[in-house]
Amino acid sequence: MTESNPYRRHHDMGGFEADPVDTSEHDKAPWEKRVDALMRLLSDDERQLLRVDELRRAIEDLGPDVYDRLSYYERWMSAITQIMLEKKVIGATELGERMARIDAREQAARND
Amino acid sequence: MTNPVFATGDTVRVKALFPPGHVRTPFYCRGKRGRVERVIGPYPNPEQLAYGERAPDALVLYRVTFPQGELWDDYEGDSSDVLELELYETWLEQDEDIA
Repeated sequence: MTESNPYRRHHDMGGFEADPVDTSEHDKAPWEKRVDALMRLLSDDERQLLRVDELRRAIEDLGPDVYDRLSYYERWMSAITQIMLEKKVIGATELGERMARIDAREQAARND
Repeated sequence: MTNPVFATGDTVRVKALFPPGHVRTPFYCRGKRGRVERVIGPYPNPEQLAYGERAPDALVLYRVTFPQGELWDDYEGDSSDVLELELYETWLEQDEDIA
């Protein structure tokens, strides 16, 4: 296997040695269920803002370091965000301001 | 575009292309030779869908059988072992028959 081929993209790792796959069932965290719901709502017949092919493409474009570091639903969330920015459904500043508000709210909750 | 170019039994080689974008052809099969097991039929081109195309072209999808030894230089299993992959027509070209 030509592991060093510079043309191989990071996600395209079929055939490489890997750890055993964990097949145990586990509960999803509430935020993971929300990401799943978001994906389904954005891709439904009414909205058609996202297709699974686009989600996959955006995940592949995360880059090796981020791809390895993020969990499954974190990858989804990053990819959904990227595509909604591309399609101008959300704006970067708008998103940044919302994130800051949520940070502040969480901070306040912790200090209570 | 939706009339199949290849038929069951044809020997094909996967194009050795390495574009940076989204493709559905695994890296490890590129440049490798296999045999068409069946013509599956036309599907919307995923390489266009991945970039937001709402009216993608139809591409014929094939199931292609590869000898495991063709795919992996260090394959130690039985020489009759095969792997089946589903590949789009644009990634395949006709090749000499496998002996």
